[in-house]
Amino acid sequence: MNRRDTRSGKTFARRTVILAGGQLALFSLLGARLYHLQIVEADRYRVLSDENRIDLRLLEPRRGRIVDRTGAELAMNRPNYCLVLAPEAAGAAERALDALAPYAALDDDERRRVLREAARGRPSLPILVREDLTWRDVAMIEVNAPRLPGLSIDERRTRHYPHGAALAHVLGYVAAVSEEEKRVSGDPLLSLPGFPVGKNGVEKIHDATLRGGAGSVRVEVNAHGRVVRELSRREGEAGRDVGLNIDLGLQTFAVRALGEEVASAVAMDIATGAVRALASTPAFDPNEFSRGMTNERWTELSRDTRWPLTNRAVSGRYPPGSVFKLAVALAALESGAVAAADKVFCPGRVKHGDRYYHCWKRHGHGAVDMVEAIAGSCDVYFYDRALKIGIGRIAEMARRLGCGSPLGLDLPSEAGGLIPTPGWKEAARDESWYPGDTIGAGIGQGYVLTTPLQLAAMTARIADGARAVAPRLARDPDADRPPPPPLGISKAALDIVRKGMNEVVNDRRGTAYDARIEDAAQAMAGKTGTSQVRRISVAERASGVIANEDLPWEERDHALFAAYAPVDSPRFALAVVLEHGGSSQRAAKIARDILIEAQRRFPLPEAPPAAGV
Amino acid sequence: MALSGKLGRRDVAFVDRIGEIDWGLVALVTVIAGVGVAMLYSAAGGAVDSWCRSQAVRVAVFTPLMLAAAVVGLRFWMRHAYTVYALSLALVIAVEITGATGMGAQRWIDLYVFRLQPSEPMKIALVLALARYYHGIAPEDMGRLVLLLPPLAAVVLPTALVLRQPDLGTATMLVLGAGATMFAAGVRWWKFAAAAAAAAVAAPVIWGTLHDYQRSRVTTFLDPESDPLGAGYHIIQATIALGSGGLFGKGFLAGTQSQLDFLPERRTDFVFTTLAEEFGLVGAGAVLLLYGLLFVYGAAVALRARTQFGRLLAVGVSATLFLYVFINVAMVTGLIPVVGVPLPLISYGGTAMLTAMWGIGLLLCVSIDRDLVIGHGAGRFG
Repeated sequence: MNRRDTRSGKTFARRTVILAGGQLALFSLLGARLYHLQIVEADRYRVLSDENRIDLRLLEPRRGRIVDRTGAELAMNRPNYCLVLAPEAAGAAERALDALAPYAALDDDERRRVLREAARGRPSLPILVREDLTWRDVAMIEVNAPRLPGLSIDERRTRHYPHGAALAHVLGYVAAVSEEEKRVSGDPLLSLPGFPVGKNGVEKIHDATLRGGAGSVRVEVNAHGRVVRELSRREGEAGRDVGLNIDLGLQTFAVRALGEEVASAVAMDIATGAVRALASTPAFDPNEFSRGMTNERWTELSRDTRWPLTNRAVSGRYPPGSVFKLAVALAALESGAVAAADKVFCPGRVKHGDRYYHCWKRHGHGAVDMVEAIAGSCDVYFYDRALKIGIGRIAEMARRLGCGSPLGLDLPSEAGGLIPTPGWKEAARDESWYPGDTIGAGIGQGYVLTTPLQLAAMTARIADGARAVAPRLARDPDADRPPPPPLGISKAALDIVRKGMNEVVNDRRGTAYDARIEDAAQAMAGKTGTSQVRRISVAERASGVIANEDLPWEERDHALFAAYAPVDSPRFALAVVLEHGGSSQRAAKIARDILIEAQRRFPLPEAPPAAGV
Repeated sequence: MALSGKLGRRDVAFVDRIGEIDWGLVALVTVIAGVGVAMLYSAAGGAVDSWCRSQAVRVAVFTPLMLAAAVVGLRFWMRHAYTVYALSLALVIAVEITGATGMGAQRWIDLYVFRLQPSEPMKIALVLALARYYHGIAPEDMGRLVLLLPPLAAVVLPTALVLRQPDLGTATMLVLGAGATMFAAGVRWWKFAAAAAAAAVAAPVIWGTLHDYQRSRVTTFLDPESDPLGAGYHIIQATIALGSGGLFGKGFLAGTQSQLDFLPERRTDFVFTTLAEEFGLVGAGAVLLLYGLLFVYGAAVALRARTQFGRLLAVGVSATLFLYVFINVAMVTGLIPVVGVPLPLISYGGTAMLTAMWGIGLLLCVSIDRDLVIGHGAGRFG
């Protein structure tokens, strides 16, 4: 027995040592592996572990407000309470939504969307369950928080335009950043999903100022993306407010004055170029964009034949009609070829070549000098003068007054209009320039196109007389703005034209006498214009031109009026354009109302203070 | 560890047995279990409740059981070796019939106080039965093929059942633990070679019977980056935890991978990663060293024992404990596929702790009865 134990004991001892050796070898393998991971590759894994737990998140800066000249808010940030979900475990999203049901039921589509997002792997951002919660919803959810695991209220901000459509074309709107904008810009903020950027108007052109700079926060997150603690924070730079020259009261007044017309109006401060009102109707509610617009609504807006998305005041191009006579008159006077007192006989029409050119006044104005021609808007007089001085001088003067190219207003999509020249016609239409073209240009028809903004600027320059004032929406510090260049038109010529403009309104024979302002201290001067949309045939001339009221809307003339006030020391320039408005007198009456309101709202220092600014 | 006992003594009186317990080993076990309790404290984010406390309670309850296993004496285990084996096998079969389903695999019997996974004690019971069997085989009979059949059956039966569950880790451990015992008993080299060859042939067949999740564990082991958010996620995150621990670790309760939930199963199978992350190579190496001491002790007890049953029991138990540690650490360090083997005495779990304590109790028992000589007659097929 003993011998047997000894015999098997020898084998046993040998094999036990072999086993122990094997164990030692395997343990050494573990040690080598640990050494490799924890010493040789430790740095690499340390980086990976930090990448795991540290998340760099961008902080959205507060977008700057847009305020009017008095500081009244035109665009602001409204708190938007959102319900968000951060599920930590599988099935948690479903349970959370079930728990939510008694407080805020989701419909099947919403539920599917949330669960789909929750199922998309390990989320690093909480899922948006619902936006724009009411106070009641917020309170209900906060009170029941212990029963709603993973759900929380997140306060976000939505751009809000308290005055809605009234300033839509000035302010524009914000909407979620597009792929294109992301690609072009280097700003990390734009990489945030749904980050709001200005898409139009002041929001777009001053976006850089309003946006501010991204802040960042380094947070430690757990495997489920939930923030455990904050490691460091660098505050972003809040967007700066943009102050506008717009006067909210005058703006809303102008919008109301335009009423249901398809129209636009621009009011400017003559001395500074500050735009006090810029209205374009119809408009849209910019809040619809910041809330997130449905495709159907977008289609409806963009297909509306009255183009509510177009800012007519800056991008509408209209033949200026008789308003353009101001430019022709100045060109004529400055040419030296024409004296203001020289008379032209208007029989109601004039023949040039083999064609008759008609005056709007069928039986003619008789013999008129320049002032009378402006006051009565005599077409024949300006046909004659235009031919006399030629298109070159007219075009040069029109450009000097601000027509023919964008004025550099701080709004996107400002149109340049068109001041035709023989060179332009050659290049654009491959046709030569005919004297008939000059005749048409003489009364602001033919190829001439201007924007309402340009008409307002032209009026401001004529009224100011010294400087080529340019319109500006943002209230910049004075130092940032170079002074406007000199206008370079003689005072004598300007005096004649201004006298004519005064008589348009304040002389019994003037075309806008019905729209005059009775108070002499506030009186306005201006120029009417109607621009034809259709061609009047010889036959119609013979039987009598059809009155505008009897025409279908889209065939009626555009009605224009450009004015300044007060006559003696001009402060405000204004242009009103009513599309297919028929009679320019209607435009003149709207202009009168706006200019009275402007003077009421901007009282002179020595005048008694007006109520309710 | 004091192995120098009194020579020439055979049976040790019951009262003296308590005095004969190797308290050095008991202390070692307590230290390792203490590390476990501390790691569970950390894994709970620095909270005493739940895991940490119940693990400590288990240590307190199972330590007397371990001592009892030592005190009852080698003759007791010799006498009841086959009974224990039969009982364990019956429990494994019972799991197949009535076991509750958890984690997609049937693995436990609900004993109401804790859930017993019979496949764990089966590992020790198998060693016990094999030691008993080879105690009765004369060295000159070792070459007889027919005598290889009973032990093969004893191994194949539970292994097949465990594979059905399916539990690849336990099956591997049963085969290797039994293999070590039989190797020490003197089974011929070529038979192991033959078994290895047979396994190589059987591997493709077994692959065909594997569940999808098991296959994905093997394939993602081979290329974890192929599925970084799915099955490969565990391996990648565990490796990051280990590697980022560096030499001295991130500090107790400061392991970012563990504390921030990136580590999977950090209380059970992956507890070693938490340890290696928070205490670095120094801490991980120290724990491996503690286990190393345990295996050195096991080998010393085996070599010192005079009776074949005691020797084989010590080697088998020691090998089983070694396999636990090796497979666990190898799998969390990415050396082998994730097969679900806990780290003995440290991982959270009742059955594994009970099994380890029982095994160590048997080591203590062999140590006490190192000079006991038991006859071979009762052995054969008994």
